[in-house]
Amino acid sequence: MMEVYLDNSATTKCLPEVASLMTHIMCEDYGNPSSMHKKGVESEKYVRYAKEVIAKCMKVQEKEILFTSGGTESDNIALIGGAYANYRAGRHIITTRIEHPAVLQTCAYLEEQGFAVTYLPVDANGVIRLADLEKAMTKNTILVSIMHTNNEVGAVQPIEQAGALIKRMNPNTLFHVDAVQGFGKFRIYPKRMHIDLLSVSAHKIHGPKGIGFLYINERAKVRPIIFGGGQQRGMRSGTENVPGIAGMAKAVEEIFADFDAKIQYLYGIKERFVKGVSAIDGIRINGPSGQDGAPHVVSVSIQGIRSEVMLHALEDKGIYVSAGSACSSNKPSVSATLKAIGVEKQYLDSTLRFSFSLYTTEAEIDYTVKCMSELIPMLRHYTRK
Amino acid sequence: MYKSFLIKYAEIGVKGKNRYLFEDRLCDQIRYALTRCEGTFEVTKSQGRIYVNSLSDFDYEETIENLKTVFGVTGICPVVHVEDEGFEKLCQDVIDYIDKVYPDKNFTFKVEARRARKNYPKNSMEINCDIGEVLLDAFPEMKVDVHRPDVMLRIEVREKIYIYSTVIPGPGGLPVGTNGKGMLLLSGGIDSPVAGYMIAKRGVRIDAVYFSAPPYTSERATQKVIDLARTISKYSGPISLHIINFTEIQLYIYDQCPHDELTIIMRRYMMRIAEEIAKKSGCLGLITGESIGQVASQTMQSLMATNDVCTMPVYRPLIGFDKQEIVEVSEKIDTYETSIQPYEDCCTIFVAKHPVTKPNLNVIRIHERNLDEKIDELVKTALDTDEVVEIVYR
Repeated sequence: MMEVYLDNSATTKCLPEVASLMTHIMCEDYGNPSSMHKKGVESEKYVRYAKEVIAKCMKVQEKEILFTSGGTESDNIALIGGAYANYRAGRHIITTRIEHPAVLQTCAYLEEQGFAVTYLPVDANGVIRLADLEKAMTKNTILVSIMHTNNEVGAVQPIEQAGALIKRMNPNTLFHVDAVQGFGKFRIYPKRMHIDLLSVSAHKIHGPKGIGFLYINERAKVRPIIFGGGQQRGMRSGTENVPGIAGMAKAVEEIFADFDAKIQYLYGIKERFVKGVSAIDGIRINGPSGQDGAPHVVSVSIQGIRSEVMLHALEDKGIYVSAGSACSSNKPSVSATLKAIGVEKQYLDSTLRFSFSLYTTEAEIDYTVKCMSELIPMLRHYTRK
Repeated sequence: MYKSFLIKYAEIGVKGKNRYLFEDRLCDQIRYALTRCEGTFEVTKSQGRIYVNSLSDFDYEETIENLKTVFGVTGICPVVHVEDEGFEKLCQDVIDYIDKVYPDKNFTFKVEARRARKNYPKNSMEINCDIGEVLLDAFPEMKVDVHRPDVMLRIEVREKIYIYSTVIPGPGGLPVGTNGKGMLLLSGGIDSPVAGYMIAKRGVRIDAVYFSAPPYTSERATQKVIDLARTISKYSGPISLHIINFTEIQLYIYDQCPHDELTIIMRRYMMRIAEEIAKKSGCLGLITGESIGQVASQTMQSLMATNDVCTMPVYRPLIGFDKQEIVEVSEKIDTYETSIQPYEDCCTIFVAKHPVTKPNLNVIRIHERNLDEKIDELVKTALDTDEVVEIVYR
């Protein structure tokens, strides 16, 4: 049976060259980058090189890259560290209703700590309105956090315009962007886009799990939230995850080689899939279905079939997808994003997310569409009466 | 400080000529539970008592936790050993013991000595009086009450002298393996694991059957049932868990029978399949978590309709329990947290909005005829594709 992995927004396959580099580092070049001896120096080289690669692809400085354990930690440092470093200037934070739980839950924590948070609504395509942002900004606003690409419906936010707006209204307000889904799919240049803080995770771009980074503009005031031996200039203590860092850099190099062609390929895959499923009865696509959205995420509601059932029926055919967003799918709560974009009640529980990678083939897409058109009428027949 | 444990077993004590069978089983079960603990132990049986002696360093808490999983044990008494170095020394040892174990001395007590080694210079009555006096002198707040003492201080004179006074309650029941084997119908819910626990407590070995319905139920729901079986096996010993793919049968019934009778007819087939597997595995009965009136399929009429297809006895230990009482047991045996994970099980996926609550057995039988021979084939396939998971708690 064909195995078709269409859950690349949850995580991606690690590239073999990334894995072999990491094995080599773990078994041979295993020194601690803080050690004085040769083993340490050798290991530190991997960290330096990784900073160089990552800084270059975003046109920022190497010292502005902070390695973390992944997207969630990056978001936590940005929000908690950013809020506490600036709380004397004000206690107001702005974010959106469709953020990942790593941002939403951290904001909820900050609310408990006495910060006020405004949650911006989105339109039917999952995009914020700049007018709402402008209205929400006050002189007490110290931090705005807007995700680059939504993980559930693939909506892409007007980051550059939002950044310009924020800085025009208050140059001291920090602008954080959760780019966990957007990095490697779009060219993101923090300086041009007025971004102060940017979260990225490696395992979404064929790198290893447990590693990511936070870009921190050299002028942004952020307090550390993890304390210890003072590694990474005290911003994030703890021995650097050298194999992870080197593996992430390798994945970044790989994805940005011949970048435009890769993204065009992904849009081609997405278009083929959207065209295929649109022909099936009682189907709707949530969020942007074309090039206005992310090239790798499509949210599909299937009338009359619970997403869990559809998911397992596809699994039976070797096709792996997720119901809503994988990060929140082990608690069957209704997706905040789908609600925010106004998906009707009957579709909320019937929504699947298909997410592609550069290694998804047209044949896999055709097979998936074929399986869906066969399964859907059968599954609709058996329902609760 | 403690070197051994005296194991109390109430109900076995009243058995007649085959009492030794129960005691030997209990020793085996204790040894089995202790294999999960750090350290080496010896389990001995002498003069109607079972002792667990530690032969090395051991973890007190861990040992108690594991002894508490052995059915048949009603109490666990941690025992202090002292060398016999004269009565004076014994008095001092008892004073030290009381001082350590009871920081607050405001309680009543009674001394009960037992002289297994008859050449000891004092008889048990003399030991009782003399130790009592020494304790009253040492701790004036303590008072004697020979009828209902707060603390019963026991002193046993053997090769060494054993001192103990605390009893940690065990689970009670009878040692597993003294009473045949039963087949538990295990779902992912709160009730069935408790039912399995309660029957195992009567000395019954347990096997289990779970009905999965992919794609309507997920891998995780199956994993949840495996986790539940693992928790039960902490008490019951190894379990063979049979996983039956029920989807085809369920969909066929859905197509052929009135929708409001779906659950009852489905359950009749579950009972039939469970009984087949039970026969093959040498089980002597089926075990379910049913409780009268809890849901539509557990009214007396519904129970009669499902019971109708069984030839084996069906044990329903929770039949008179309220939900809250069941929840309390499930919390005690640590299945509750697992049971409430929100994965759909196959009984609920197609459940009618208004299922029959008082099914008429004759009507059900007539409607079941719509299923003709094809259902037998489906049942056979389900039995042939039975997947068995061997579950052992380590």
